[in-house]
Amino acid sequence: MDEEKFHTRLDQIEVTRRTVIETGTTALLLTALPRAALAAAPLDDNQPPPPPVTVELQINGRPYSLALDPRTTLLDALREHLALTGPKKGCDHGQCGACTVLIEGRRINSCLTLAVMHDGQSITTIEGLADHESLHPMQSAFVEHDGFQCGYCTSGQICSAIGMLAESQLGMPSYVTENLNQPAVELTDAEIRERMSGNICRCAAYPNIVAAIKQAAGMST
Amino acid sequence: MRAFIYHRADSPVHAAAAAIQPGGKIIAGGTNLLDLMKLQVETPSSLIDINRLPLDKIEETPEGGLRIGALVRNSDLAADSRVRQHYGVLSRALLAGASAQLRNKATTGGNLLQRTRCYYFYDITKPCNKRKPGSVCAALAGFNRIHAILGTSEQCIATHPSDMAVAMRALDAKVETINDSGENKIIPIAELHRLPGKTPEIETSLSPGEIITAVTLPPPPPGVQLYRKVRDRASYAFALVSVAAIVDSARGRIRSARLAFGGLAPKPWRSPQAEQELVDAPANTTTFNAAAEAVLKDARGFGDNDFKIPLTRRTLHRVLDEMTRA
Repeated sequence: MDEEKFHTRLDQIEVTRRTVIETGTTALLLTALPRAALAAAPLDDNQPPPPPVTVELQINGRPYSLALDPRTTLLDALREHLALTGPKKGCDHGQCGACTVLIEGRRINSCLTLAVMHDGQSITTIEGLADHESLHPMQSAFVEHDGFQCGYCTSGQICSAIGMLAESQLGMPSYVTENLNQPAVELTDAEIRERMSGNICRCAAYPNIVAAIKQAAGMST
Repeated sequence: MRAFIYHRADSPVHAAAAAIQPGGKIIAGGTNLLDLMKLQVETPSSLIDINRLPLDKIEETPEGGLRIGALVRNSDLAADSRVRQHYGVLSRALLAGASAQLRNKATTGGNLLQRTRCYYFYDITKPCNKRKPGSVCAALAGFNRIHAILGTSEQCIATHPSDMAVAMRALDAKVETINDSGENKIIPIAELHRLPGKTPEIETSLSPGEIITAVTLPPPPPGVQLYRKVRDRASYAFALVSVAAIVDSARGRIRSARLAFGGLAPKPWRSPQAEQELVDAPANTTTFNAAAEAVLKDARGFGDNDFKIPLTRRTLHRVLDEMTRA
């Protein structure tokens, strides 16, 4: 399908931007590539794909059972197998943080771990944060403080910020914590910036991200 | 990523037995290994997942030290109250490394065994003696700003990237291992990493299939502890130069000191000569300069990284000055 026809077809049906991304691009890719290649591209040799492995995951409170090529990263499992496209693939090497999700409440880079390694574990993505129609306080704070421009890093920033607040509430120190032996952490701007350094924002919305996090943490902004 | 068969280990011996097979590779946090597998720098044919093994405890030893399980996550180790109180240099070094997301995943054993971030090692279209023994070191005449100035060879000038290991080197940590017959071994951290010499592809003294199960810290040494990391940006970057220092001093006189360096060498670098210069010495510029000269006596730059020589001197000077100021 050429691009013009693709858009003409889309014009005929009422779609949200998200459905376009999910149905449009995935459908196009699926016609061109076998499933295994999507999960673990690039396949560079003539080896047969390894036998699939069954993985049980609890994602955003719902159980899922998947049969996956063991090479499938958690990020690809979420995006390509479950259509949870909130976690973004930025660098795919753990350098940008756009793929950040929470595993058992802890933030990690979903691009640098295999889905099979998390069999039986509970995962929260950006899609699982809102309570029905009401946004998670961190999501609301990002909206209120304009904590984004293009929005590509935002789902990772928000998941990361939620994990970060949980870490600071446990008294976990950071590199800029002056006294390692103080039991409580005061979330200064410097602390927030250091703790969020694994999430890169090309639009440089950092001041607003810091403000949003402070609001969600119940601090004056 | 090349295809592999995935196994989940149910005991350390089982993991060791699987890892000794050709193409076998242990995966713990996976933050470095999967990165390298995506680039096909690492191409294991079987991956042995050890994450479910009970190696995630931090226990006090009868000697008054700590025994850290190989699977203790970097973030948990940095936040442990005993580490924060008695091994501040280790806590700081851990917190200086990577990002919070990566530290939540990265393990103690994996951190020790992570590979260099040399650009040429990472790029399979370039020659590299570490990846392909007998090719050539592309960094020698290439971009070598991040490369080593100490302990290098004509075959390899890559640095060891860990911060944690530098602090452990200053603390004289011991690495516990197990093999496929269930035999345990204790390796002083000084002997874990090897210099490249003519075999840069052999990075550690571990035998095939030998698995790290724990790292033991001796009782905390006397003195104050500090980890100073100099890098291109304030956070989330590898060290250009880092110093793990433990200095025991009073009223302007140093009793003893331990100095370990990151970013300078193919392994966490300790300088006994520099430490000797500081024993029972006045805390002044002459002493600090003598220590820096001792560290850098055999230093050699390769062009882009020449700056590391004066940077190391100044960083050490600053660290010692800070630590001995009453």
